[in-house]
Amino acid sequence: MKRIATFIIVVLVAVGIMAWSSPALLDSVRLGLDLKGGFEILYEATPLEQGQKVTKQSLTRTAESLEKRANLLGTSEPEVTTEGTNRIRLKIAGVTNEAEVRKKMKEPAALTFRSADGCKAPAADAANVADKDKYCKVELVGSDFVENGASVGYNSLNQPLIDIKVKDKKKFADVTKRLLGKQLAIFLDETMLSDPTVQAELTDGKAQISGNYTLDEAKKISDTINLGALPLKLTEKYSQSVGATLGKQSLDKTIQAGIIGSIVILIFMIAMYRLPGVIASFGLIVHTWLLILVFVWADFTLTLPGIAAFILGVGMAVDANIITNERIREEIRNGRSVMSSVKAGNKSSLRTILDSNITTIIVGAVMFAFGTGAVKGFALVLIVEIVLSILTNVYFTHYLLSLLVKAGLLKKPKQFGVKESEINAL
Amino acid sequence: MHFKKEFDFVKLSKSAFIFSIVLTIAGVIALAAFGLNYSVDFRAGSNVDVKLSKNVTKAEVQPLLDNIGIGKDATVSPGDNRVNIRFTKVLSEDQDEQLKSAIHKLDDTASFEINTVDPEMAKELGRNAIYSVLISCIGIIIYVSIRFEWRFALAAIIALLHDAFMVVAIFSIFRLEVSLTFIVAVLTIIGYSINDTIVIFDRIRENLRFGKTKTREDLAKLLNHSVNQMLMRSLYTAFTVFIAAFFLFLFGGESIKMFSLAMVIGLIFGAYSSIFIASPLWLFFKYKQKPNGKAVKPSKA
Repeated sequence: MKRIATFIIVVLVAVGIMAWSSPALLDSVRLGLDLKGGFEILYEATPLEQGQKVTKQSLTRTAESLEKRANLLGTSEPEVTTEGTNRIRLKIAGVTNEAEVRKKMKEPAALTFRSADGCKAPAADAANVADKDKYCKVELVGSDFVENGASVGYNSLNQPLIDIKVKDKKKFADVTKRLLGKQLAIFLDETMLSDPTVQAELTDGKAQISGNYTLDEAKKISDTINLGALPLKLTEKYSQSVGATLGKQSLDKTIQAGIIGSIVILIFMIAMYRLPGVIASFGLIVHTWLLILVFVWADFTLTLPGIAAFILGVGMAVDANIITNERIREEIRNGRSVMSSVKAGNKSSLRTILDSNITTIIVGAVMFAFGTGAVKGFALVLIVEIVLSILTNVYFTHYLLSLLVKAGLLKKPKQFGVKESEINAL
Repeated sequence: MHFKKEFDFVKLSKSAFIFSIVLTIAGVIALAAFGLNYSVDFRAGSNVDVKLSKNVTKAEVQPLLDNIGIGKDATVSPGDNRVNIRFTKVLSEDQDEQLKSAIHKLDDTASFEINTVDPEMAKELGRNAIYSVLISCIGIIIYVSIRFEWRFALAAIIALLHDAFMVVAIFSIFRLEVSLTFIVAVLTIIGYSINDTIVIFDRIRENLRFGKTKTREDLAKLLNHSVNQMLMRSLYTAFTVFIAAFFLFLFGGESIKMFSLAMVIGLIFGAYSSIFIASPLWLFFKYKQKPNGKAVKPSKA
């Protein structure tokens, strides 16, 4: 009785934990771009000027800069990774204005000071004139400013503003002298940040951008200015863009296929192996749950090839159960008692399963080490799945099966699908 | 199901060898003659998949492309509520956008998947995959040699390369499209195939401990017995994995259809080669090792 109680408690606790945690778990699985829509770009980096080399450092800096930009553009969880010696892979999900983002990623965030000196006089209704038309003359460009020189400061009223430094003090002094009493507009790319009137000739090479900014806004602008130009020139080598609807459709279809396939497999196992088949099916369900748990816990991204590996893995995990159950049947047919057949079957099938799975892990590990992108993701799922399958479909189901046998619930060869006539007397 | 009768796999393997050799030759010829039908993953260009709320015809789409000036190098293939457009040139970002807005005018619920690739990248992926396979083989040889013996390792590797090549050959003969996921499928087939082979080898190893191994007949008998013992397991396992791959092929997303098909083909060959190729090969190597066996003379005569 005690063993039956243990069995029931183990099963109920497992079912309880799975039922309680599954909805939240499923929600927190991170989906890849091919499933939720988004785009992926592989850039090849080349030096800005000929003769220079792409160093590890400059590549990392470029990647960091790209990530910052993607964040500034308000995309969710951009993923930027460097690959090899001169490549950067960028993944951005759920973007609606893809074209703009793509352009922005490559473009330098250029700071310019412009004036209306010599421009066409604005028309009568000046309000309609675009800022960039009004200030047509570029006085200072990005390279005129000290790199990483932008910082947040405060004016006398304790309002946040952005301090910037100019490299050539004399040049700045000349410009401010010429524009005394006129406006000097500050542009970031094509957006005007402010157009203060020059009050005095500035000789210390320092300028300020003010304009009722909150501290956060000021910080953001100073960060953008500091991002400046990318250290390397990027060209798109490979790009993949998936619409959100198409991604959702792939996900739904594939999961549907997986569920149908899994149900057929479970029915097959139960029809073939009776009660041990039910235990094996239970082991498979625990296996799937654990796999999702590992995915969420390790923050892996699930892609379409990943789901495929996932579903195929269910089929492969069944193999462990088939090997065990066939072995038990064999032992019973050889005339052993059910109790000792289960013991022997569990023991000798373990070695078979370990050897065959370790060779598959070797293949997976090589794929993981040498593969890129989709191949890597697939290999990762495969390895995790095999390790988990040894835990759930070997140790866990063996344990449950032994409990039932010891409790005396599984006594007859018939319960293992073996006919009395097939048993050879010893 | 349980077979009382034992099949003579050693005898059956002769026809299997002929079948495999013929298919291998056909595969080599097909590969040499027309190569593989590479998808955009392996060729420079852009591939655009559009999901629509209605069916469109080629005649509706072609003028849109001509308007943007990209109609010349485009192949339009409409499907069920979707259309695939293949460009032999890489679309620029502007052309991407123009294409999208043009098709949005046709159907405002259109959803896009656009892939662009530089052929260098794909070649590199293919190269990586071949390295992966070769290095995997070395890893398997080392592990199986330690756990079993080198003859098992060699036989397993040949069976594994056979399975991988068969899938490539069939894709070449039937002009099926080879994309990046195809590489993943071939690599999985290798993983599955070795798994399946090792399970049978494990039983041979077990029976070798107690069995008679003096003559070729002894070994052949032992091998037949081992394979017969594992036959149901091999069939059941192949069946379950086949079920999973088959439903993926039937109902899965468009982009993994070819992947699943490759898997289905590979699984069948994987189960086949474990029984008919790997095990008899082991016998062949083992038999060579025993030149003093009684069976040598009659079989050579």
